[in-house]
Amino acid sequence: MLEDKDRIFKNLYNDLGADIDSAKSRDDWLNTKEICSKGRDWIIEELKKSELRGRGGAGFPTGLKWSFSPKKVGAKPHYLVINADESEPGTCKDRDILRFEPHKLIEGCLIASYAVNAHKCYIYLRGEYYNEGLKLQKAIDEAYKANLIGKNSSGTGWELDIYIHYGAGAYICGEETALLESIEGNKGQPRLKPPFPALVGLYGCPTIINNVETIAVVPTILRKGSKWFASLGKPKNTGTKIFCISGNVNSPCNVEEEMGIKLKDLIEKHAGGVVGGWDNLQAVIPGGSSMPMLSKEISENITMDFDSLVENNSGLGTAGIIVINKDQDIIKCMARIARFYKHESCGQCTPCREGSGWMWRILERMAKGEASKDEVNMLSDVTKQIEGHTICAFGEGSAWPVQGLLRHFKKEIIERNNFDPLVKNNKNIPYLIDQHILEEDIKNVKS
Amino acid sequence: MSLKKVSKDQPDKFEFSEENLSLAKKIVLNYPAGKKKSAVMALLYLAQKQNHNWIPLAAMKYIAKFLEISYINVYEVATFYSMYNLSPVGKYFIQICTTTPCMIRGAYKLVDVCKKNISEKENEFSDKKNCSWTEVECLGACISAPMAQINEDYYEDLNVKQFEGIIKDILKDKKPKPGSYRGRVNSEPEKNRQTLTENKNA
Repeated sequence: MLEDKDRIFKNLYNDLGADIDSAKSRDDWLNTKEICSKGRDWIIEELKKSELRGRGGAGFPTGLKWSFSPKKVGAKPHYLVINADESEPGTCKDRDILRFEPHKLIEGCLIASYAVNAHKCYIYLRGEYYNEGLKLQKAIDEAYKANLIGKNSSGTGWELDIYIHYGAGAYICGEETALLESIEGNKGQPRLKPPFPALVGLYGCPTIINNVETIAVVPTILRKGSKWFASLGKPKNTGTKIFCISGNVNSPCNVEEEMGIKLKDLIEKHAGGVVGGWDNLQAVIPGGSSMPMLSKEISENITMDFDSLVENNSGLGTAGIIVINKDQDIIKCMARIARFYKHESCGQCTPCREGSGWMWRILERMAKGEASKDEVNMLSDVTKQIEGHTICAFGEGSAWPVQGLLRHFKKEIIERNNFDPLVKNNKNIPYLIDQHILEEDIKNVKS
Repeated sequence: MSLKKVSKDQPDKFEFSEENLSLAKKIVLNYPAGKKKSAVMALLYLAQKQNHNWIPLAAMKYIAKFLEISYINVYEVATFYSMYNLSPVGKYFIQICTTTPCMIRGAYKLVDVCKKNISEKENEFSDKKNCSWTEVECLGACISAPMAQINEDYYEDLNVKQFEGIIKDILKDKKPKPGSYRGRVNSEPEKNRQTLTENKNA
């Protein structure tokens, strides 16, 4: 288990207070000026050495992303955008950073803005986090008042303004280009990439977009050194991560742990174990609802880091762990997730707009036992037709969890949906329009 | 993409109050010159707050004029995002998260409480017209499931009995206390916390 001295978010549980004085006593804003005075190249190089990977879901190396920002500011200004549109089911880590450690985020904003030559930073906060937004705004005001940000931020000579932009309940705005569209005052529909936002982003200007947790860990990494950060976790999966453990556990919680910790340890040691004991475990969704579920057998030994989850046909995503025990109807659980994606599809690409609804309706029927044998393969086919055929990764996000269900629980689905619509005429199935012809055929054969 | 029902009863006129007008002018300054359009989402919120938690078409036209953009630009934003109400909702607007992490901890029992005490269907008023409810997608408080949002506040770690109490208070026009209903002040594991133990009760 990670030692307390190596934890970055010392106030994750708000034992110490979130105001600026308490934050300073935790070494926030300690030597920001010195860090910046070491220069942009040093900051980006340190981050590359620390092997920090983005905490928002995709796990892209942060130092590398920052290095894509043009070295010199041309005719267009640069922007920094923070993605605080946390809406992935199972994930609520950023909420605690915004509530309890806002100064880590704001200091990170300053360092990141300095490193990528941005004078303006927008924090895109999901609209439902109204109270969290008030707390964040209070912290921003505190930082302005103490001259930590503003005209001469922390004595660095760098000018930085931070604004909060509230979203309004659209999951898709967590996708970086949809988020930019939303800030520009449009519908949140993703853009085609390339061009990537680092070159053509907000208002057509170079823009770096990072998740809240990614930015909030940057000051500590630079203060304690990349070596320290890289010594935690596993190679290429370094550092610490906030895990959210929800669902059928005895003590649902957020906890900061080392990357590569065993999933079983997280559930048993921190979250008080599965309701009904480990043997009552049915499946675990390891990284927010878009990541395919893991069976109990895999959950037994798997470690929580990007690479080992990919090896097991899943992903770390946002590290929102949803534990599902045997008291739950697994097909219904996934049908509800499919409904989520159907509701949140932005409607831009047809495979996703239509396919997400198909998957939902098929799964709802499967949960009731009203689907036919053929539909199991049909469902798998639909997921394949969505995956990889959409502008953004939402298509994969909606198809993967269904694929995960089919991978691990195909037997359950077939057992529940074992009727053959051609022979047993006991269900009214409106889509089988040729039923009467088939029935005629059967009659003819019999006679 | 969410379905939005635009109310049939629409007021003829909408104007920002003096207070909101000065706020709106301030918000526009958050964005670069010539990018006033970016303020559309914030201005829709202001209009919604001023107009008893829903946005009439007149407000969209007003905002379009204010930002010097076309009416359809405002309309497409207002209809795209689920938090803009285009029909009247209750003074107490209850949103219950029913996505899987909440569902497996009993969110649909909370829905039943609403059906029994407020209205059979979503988005319909209670008898005294001060309350309405709806199911929503993940509200990002999964470790405090099941939970509901009432206006701006989160009500977390609920059970049926407590939620019935909350609804009863609301129907009497009394605002219940927000936060966790199991006495949590944060997201630590309730029993057997093993991390940051030195800070505890500091």
